[in-house]
Amino acid sequence: MSVTTEQVETRVVETLASFGPDQSQITRDATFEELDIDSLDLVELAQVVEDEYGVVLKGEDMKELKTVGDAIDLIVARAG
Amino acid sequence: MAEPPAQGCALVTGASRGIGAAIARALAGDGWPVGVNYRAGREAAEAVVAEIEAAGGRAVAVEGDVADHSTPDGLFQAVEAHFGCPVLALVNNAGITDDDLTPTLTDQAWDAVIETDLNAAFRLMRRALKPMMRARFGRIVNVSSVVGLRANPGQANYAAAKAGLIALTRTAAVEVARRGITVNAVAPGWIDTDMTAGVSTELLSQVPARRAGTPHEVAACVRFLASAEASYVTGAVLSVDGGLAA
Repeated sequence: MSVTTEQVETRVVETLASFGPDQSQITRDATFEELDIDSLDLVELAQVVEDEYGVVLKGEDMKELKTVGDAIDLIVARAG
Repeated sequence: MAEPPAQGCALVTGASRGIGAAIARALAGDGWPVGVNYRAGREAAEAVVAEIEAAGGRAVAVEGDVADHSTPDGLFQAVEAHFGCPVLALVNNAGITDDDLTPTLTDQAWDAVIETDLNAAFRLMRRALKPMMRARFGRIVNVSSVVGLRANPGQANYAAAKAGLIALTRTAAVEVARRGITVNAVAPGWIDTDMTAGVSTELLSQVPARRAGTPHEVAACVRFLASAEASYVTGAVLSVDGGLAA
């Protein structure tokens, strides 16, 4: 399945916003630590990504992610 | 028939008889559509389903040995497809015993009990939690045992599994608490079921209530823990044992 970076970015931002941070704070360079997004939130983000794009992100994948951009780039690369 | 506490269904493992069957009936009475899991007792499971339906509830019998690693996906898919909603209440009730004193307990008996009574519960919880997180609601109740809290000679494998189940319950509970998901355990004592049918009744003298409990008395506690009213109870172990562990 081919998805664009913009599509993934929109979905990731929507999902992260549902965990609490203001949507305006969720930029590519924002770190999950700054946004107060914790490991449980990332597990749920991975579930959304799997449901929507068929991309399976494992625990070790998620541990490497520091910024919103890291997550978007990984998802796009795997979905491509 | 009561309204279910969430837009989801319930899955009870090992529900063709005994405590599991009582739990399935109780949850159905609270409005939950219930998946009645069984391993070998198809007729008994279908009888539980028929009883629930006769009382105005909804239920389906679903076959699967929880000790099989592929069972969780199959069970969840079968129940979710039948009712058209996610499993938002999971009761890990399926369990076996294979008793012997520790010096002579075989690897096979150890492994079989740990696999069914502990490992399977973990795999089912793992499968259940992600949809519950998305739904911001979930109820998991693990059926442990007084033996997980208090020694009983001849049951080292069963005790280790049931104590492990309590630790698993508490850990998962704190991990997912802020998603509206509760994870609790009940710890039944001596309950009149097929599992206790061959055990000497002399042990009843140790029970402060001086009688065995009934599957219904355990089911009533599970029913509460699965209800909307129990929303602030998580990581708890509710003893249902006539005072045996007190």
